[in-house]
Amino acid sequence: MTRVILGFTLMLILIVPALSLHASAQTSQSYTITGAGSTFVFPLMDTWRVEYNKIHQNIQLNYQSIGSGAGIKLLEQKSVDFAASDAPLSTSDAQKAPGVLTIPDSIGGITIAYNIPGIDKGLKLTGPVIAQIFMGNITSWNDPAIVSLNPGVNLPSQKIIVAHRSDGSGTTYAFTDYLSKISPDWKAKVGQGKSVPWPVGTGGQGNAGVASIVKSTQYAIGYIELAYAFQNKMTYAFVQNADGNSFVEPTLDTVAADAAAASTNLPTADGDWSQVSIVNQPGSNSYPISTLTYVMIYKDLSTVTGETSDKSTEITNFLNWIINDGQQYATGLLYVPLPDSIKKIDEDGLAKVTFSGGAVPEFGPIAALVLAIAIVSIIAVSTKTGLRFNPKI
Amino acid sequence: MMAINMKKGSPITDKIFKYVAIGAATYVLAIIIMIVVNLTTGSAQVWQQEGISFLTGSDWNSVEGRESYGAAPYIMGTLVNAGIAMAISIPLSFGIAMFLSELAPKLLKTPLAMVIELLAAVPSVVYGLWGLLVFRTYIQDWIEVPLHNLFGDQSIIFAGTPFGLDILTASIVLAIMIIPTIASISKEIMLAVPNSQREAAYMLGATKWEVFRLAVLPYSKSGLIGATILGLGRAVGETMAVTMLIGNATGAAAFPSSLFGPGQTLASIMANEFAEASQGGLHLAALVGIGLILFIMAFAINVVAHLLVARVVKSHEGAVLA
Repeated sequence: MTRVILGFTLMLILIVPALSLHASAQTSQSYTITGAGSTFVFPLMDTWRVEYNKIHQNIQLNYQSIGSGAGIKLLEQKSVDFAASDAPLSTSDAQKAPGVLTIPDSIGGITIAYNIPGIDKGLKLTGPVIAQIFMGNITSWNDPAIVSLNPGVNLPSQKIIVAHRSDGSGTTYAFTDYLSKISPDWKAKVGQGKSVPWPVGTGGQGNAGVASIVKSTQYAIGYIELAYAFQNKMTYAFVQNADGNSFVEPTLDTVAADAAAASTNLPTADGDWSQVSIVNQPGSNSYPISTLTYVMIYKDLSTVTGETSDKSTEITNFLNWIINDGQQYATGLLYVPLPDSIKKIDEDGLAKVTFSGGAVPEFGPIAALVLAIAIVSIIAVSTKTGLRFNPKI
Repeated sequence: MMAINMKKGSPITDKIFKYVAIGAATYVLAIIIMIVVNLTTGSAQVWQQEGISFLTGSDWNSVEGRESYGAAPYIMGTLVNAGIAMAISIPLSFGIAMFLSELAPKLLKTPLAMVIELLAAVPSVVYGLWGLLVFRTYIQDWIEVPLHNLFGDQSIIFAGTPFGLDILTASIVLAIMIIPTIASISKEIMLAVPNSQREAAYMLGATKWEVFRLAVLPYSKSGLIGATILGLGRAVGETMAVTMLIGNATGAAAFPSSLFGPGQTLASIMANEFAEASQGGLHLAALVGIGLILFIMAFAINVVAHLLVARVVKSHEGAVLA
């Protein structure tokens, strides 16, 4: 038995340095880009990881979908190469992380899903009505405000059950952004944020939690991210556009139309994005509850821990790829591809990424050190075991 | 065969052993102290800003520019949720423990005890999902809707729209989760009562129930209280399942008024909002402050439990305790 253990120990000791030598030899050309943040963008990010690795085999992406806020925390601590967030940096966050570029990488829409037996998708709602429902002022499905928008629809005299997100989320941020823009009442009493003081309703965790409440509870209403609503075949409302001339169905195209209409007012990548909002844009085909999701990266990448000049080039190459070629994978996953006008902002922003100074650490000494430790430990273990372990009789 | 040579032992090994043991013990203490220090410094901002109203206020608003934090609804929610769970689980757990220690035939004893302990091994997220996807529809159809229809909105505790995600469902699932803790410890405590006690009672002609009441219960009383308090400790801190089931209202709306209304506990508000709270802000400080309140509550509960359990160990030698 002791011999077997001894054998394994020796094997491990021999293999470990060999592997680490191999890894450090490779590191001269291959890089792992680290990112963290938004869970919303994760399926798309993961596809980008796989597809980009196919064409650039030396680049690995390690993306942790730990939530936008947590991603920004890591960005502020400079321990990731980029963060992904569904909400732009707030003024206070921007002060803590100066010199951050904001690069929109995809677009999301938010549907108003409901569950009324016998009524299919396409109930017509306006922003103020949605606000009144989520404030608890409209409590019944046959309230005159809803009935007058939907002539011919037989709305039941049932209490509306309101479901909202319980966790802080970019979806809530975008939804309350819309309600704050369209309803002064909402803006004064509730406001906009990743988590807000909901006057009424039940909180579900994540899109899945809200969808589960809406799906299994008759007469419920909730807001759900577009891709999730499509995948789960939710019934959702058509929402009145900013022009007020039609009720728009949420689709990839109508959300893209809204984002394209907004792109003329967007700041440059190094500007102040804290007030950016793309909800409720003009255009007869613009679905009004839309939001951008962002990648955030330091303008001077040398400030990030462990960054090298070569790696920073690879990071910008990767980000350039996701906003251009990478967008082709968006529709398949029910994300809205970026319109050209936003791509332009992103490209200009990424062109500003620099790497100033900072000596590139050599890998030679580290590999030598690993090898030295390995040799010493082999000698130590073999002499020790020679004394301690007696052959089994 | 390993040769053991006592002569080779040196005072050095003794010393190494001593320091390793001291190190291990210090490690635990250091972790606790670090937790307290971190929770206190991390939440200092919110105590300065809100003062005592952080404990008594019911306004919870993390919207930038209007921030205001009061944890009272969540403290109440935690107590009510744990209280209802205890009310359900204590009689059941004691019943299980009584059966296993006094009544069960030998053949049934071990498998049943194992099944009870198996309940404790189910991860809480599984309880949460089961509650969310399966159990709540039963609660809704069989308990909440009939009760609501019977008493209507006039009765305070059955008011609201019953649809399963509320304080009642969370409490019932929580009760199921803490039953194994209470039941298995209570069983051990009852088994630790010396058999001579039981025999003496039987000799006096006592029935099974009288034996339990006169011989077993007095001996195990404080141990049983200890067991329930350990269960309470788990109930107060339970996060995942409760978050999925309690309905997660915030602020004044989370004040537990109706069994069928959504609530929020200290643990669930942290689980909900921590990931997206912005670094260094008041919101994060408030959530860390919630953590401090929860820590103090859990700490107090555990100290009381250990004192009570220690009393049993002292007074009745040979008591087996978890």
